Amino acid sequence: MSKVVERKPLTFLEKTYLPQIVGGLKITLQNAFRPKVTLQYPEERPPIPEGYRGVPTLVRDPNGREKCVSCQLCEFVCPPKAIRITPGEIPEESESVHVEKGPEDFEINMLRCIYCGMCQEVCPEEAIFLQDIYSVVGTTREEFVYHKQKLYELGGTLPDEHYKWDKKKAATERAAAGGHH
Amino acid sequence: MSDNGQTKMVPINIDGKDFEVPEGMNLVDACESVGVEVPHYCYHTHLSVSGNCRMCLVEMGTPMRDRATGEPIMDDETGKQKIGWMPKPAIACASKAAPGVHIKTQSELTKSCREGVMEFLLANHPLDCPICDQAGECRLQEFATDYGRGFSRYVEEKNVKPKRTVLGPRVTLDNERCILCSRCVRFCAEIDKNPVLGFTERGSHSTLTCYPGTQLDSNYSLNTVDICPVGALTSTDFRFKMRVWFLKPTKSICTESSAGVNTEVWSREGKLYRVTPRRNDEVNDSWMTDSGRMLYKMVESEARMQRFRIDGQVCTLGNAVLRARELIQLGPVAYVASGHLSVEEQAMLRKLVEKEPGSVTFVGHTKEGDGRLITNDRTPNVRGGLVTGLIKELPVAELDKLRRQLESGEIKTVVCYGEDLTKAGIPSELLKKANLVYLGTHRNATSDVARVLLPTLTVFEKTGTFINQQFRLQKFYQAVPGPAGLMPDVYILDALLAECAGGAPCRPTLEQIWQDLAAKVDILAEVKFNKIPETGLLLDGSAYAGLPFCEGSGWHFEPQRELAATSKF
Repeated sequence: MSKVVERKPLTFLEKTYLPQIVGGLKITLQNAFRPKVTLQYPEERPPIPEGYRGVPTLVRDPNGREKCVSCQLCEFVCPPKAIRITPGEIPEESESVHVEKGPEDFEINMLRCIYCGMCQEVCPEEAIFLQDIYSVVGTTREEFVYHKQKLYELGGTLPDEHYKWDKKKAATERAAAGGHH
Repeated sequence: MSDNGQTKMVPINIDGKDFEVPEGMNLVDACESVGVEVPHYCYHTHLSVSGNCRMCLVEMGTPMRDRATGEPIMDDETGKQKIGWMPKPAIACASKAAPGVHIKTQSELTKSCREGVMEFLLANHPLDCPICDQAGECRLQEFATDYGRGFSRYVEEKNVKPKRTVLGPRVTLDNERCILCSRCVRFCAEIDKNPVLGFTERGSHSTLTCYPGTQLDSNYSLNTVDICPVGALTSTDFRFKMRVWFLKPTKSICTESSAGVNTEVWSREGKLYRVTPRRNDEVNDSWMTDSGRMLYKMVESEARMQRFRIDGQVCTLGNAVLRARELIQLGPVAYVASGHLSVEEQAMLRKLVEKEPGSVTFVGHTKEGDGRLITNDRTPNVRGGLVTGLIKELPVAELDKLRRQLESGEIKTVVCYGEDLTKAGIPSELLKKANLVYLGTHRNATSDVARVLLPTLTVFEKTGTFINQQFRLQKFYQAVPGPAGLMPDVYILDALLAECAGGAPCRPTLEQIWQDLAAKVDILAEVKFNKIPETGLLLDGSAYAGLPFCEGSGWHFEPQRELAATSKF
């Protein structure tokens, strides 16, 4: 069964189009005098809210020690398998030799990363953070694989609540000096 | 043991349920055999009981009897014999399964015992899990989650002890992580008979050390790493290489000698990381040699052959097989192989020999063993050659006969399977003159002068079976893929066979090869590849008892000859 839709003929006022034009101009004029919301990207950048999940980065503690110990939990938990760590031993001559283990290389494939933040959540050393960087550019696939050095450059230094390994080192030194063994 | 040699089963009661277990079995094992976990650190099935970790504390009781008359005391309510529960918990590892033993593994008392033990063990345990190689297979982690209280009341400073202590060439000790279970100490004293380890100092100062002037350098030292329930003893080779939860274990067999040690090969994404022993109480218990663990390194060796070649030029498999067939049919041909071949490869080689007849010689690799898990015969599968009918005589170290035949021109073509003929007494000048077809995994002086090179796969890259010194048929599985373009040895032999017979290669599955073997070989008549148990299938080797095998006695093995000699008296 087809249903016939009745079309009412236009009224006189509607035929003049004037009320519609006036209505439209009203909206236009209202917006013309509102404050501007458009940002002149990339010269202007939006403020990044607290807790924003941008590009995952590696951070150092305020003493400049690299916090990652290459436990590979982020590699394990990463849903798109974007992270790849080559674990390594910290050399004897290094200042953080007491930490024993650190990443020889740390790769994050930004083409794979889905910015879920699981790596940050799982990290037992608070070494990886999704910070405020949101624009990832490159011209080849290789450029999107961020290696350890780039990840530390992006991450910078974050405050540390625990200084877990510094305390450990201090305890070892106290023990060596004849304190609590 | 009862009179007929069968282990007597006795009824025991665990958490209110009745089970039958072998009499005299350790209660920890007895519980495990019926699927009840009793957490433990210091107890190990193959070591003596030391009972120092106290983790396996359970409530224990026995059916009551009247002291005067010996009459059972019955419980009027249930109509069953009353159970006399011991007032305090007892360690399961120091108790044996006896008729009527009752234990409670889930009671409040047992739970609080475990929480208490865990709390003391964790009080001074460092928070090393992110950097600890044991994480993921650590008993302390597992039991802390399963039986621990979940939080720490310990606010004092933790102990500090030396880390990165080198105990021996292959073992590194982290003293802080040690829970003093003494498994390693007992292993060295009881199994390795090389008691170099021990505890010094007292209380929280207790430390595992080597006796002054010694180090943990025995060829069995890495077993201490395997049995360490925590991350205190770590393998220097595997240290910080990969977290264990990424690694996939594959059941394999060690090719170091004819002992046929059961192993597990751990790999990730086609790369091998370590080899550990797999328990088989008839062959190697829970142990293996350090030298056997290092064999995985051959997979990524520089000398690995990757391409099919004719006269040094890279070619396709088809062309290489074609050329090999031409050389074989130029003949007369001789075949040289060894006990490094799997049973399936030996069966395929036998088919080839039947098609293109020639003498088959095995090169022997004998070197004095250690009387334990390294036998004098350093190939895993000489008996496979006998059983498949590929050879009638035992391997020889020097190929004098072949050398004379080559010198006189009696033999023109040699098919060499993985052996370095120059080391078996045939000079390379002589080999250059002969038509040499070489199948093998690695380059050597013989492969360098071969006319046709057919690269094959290592034991880690294929599936098959070996027959060890006890005539035990044991399976190994592919752990990692082979180099690109290569294929299992049996396919290459099949291609060669098809070329010689003028048919198309059929790429036989292992099941097909085994069907064929079962039809041809009497003692394999009942054997199906899929039905071979993981602990191996003991074959009847009595037909070969007269052969002078080179193995001496070792763990779980006594040579037949000597038994025959002693039975004369």
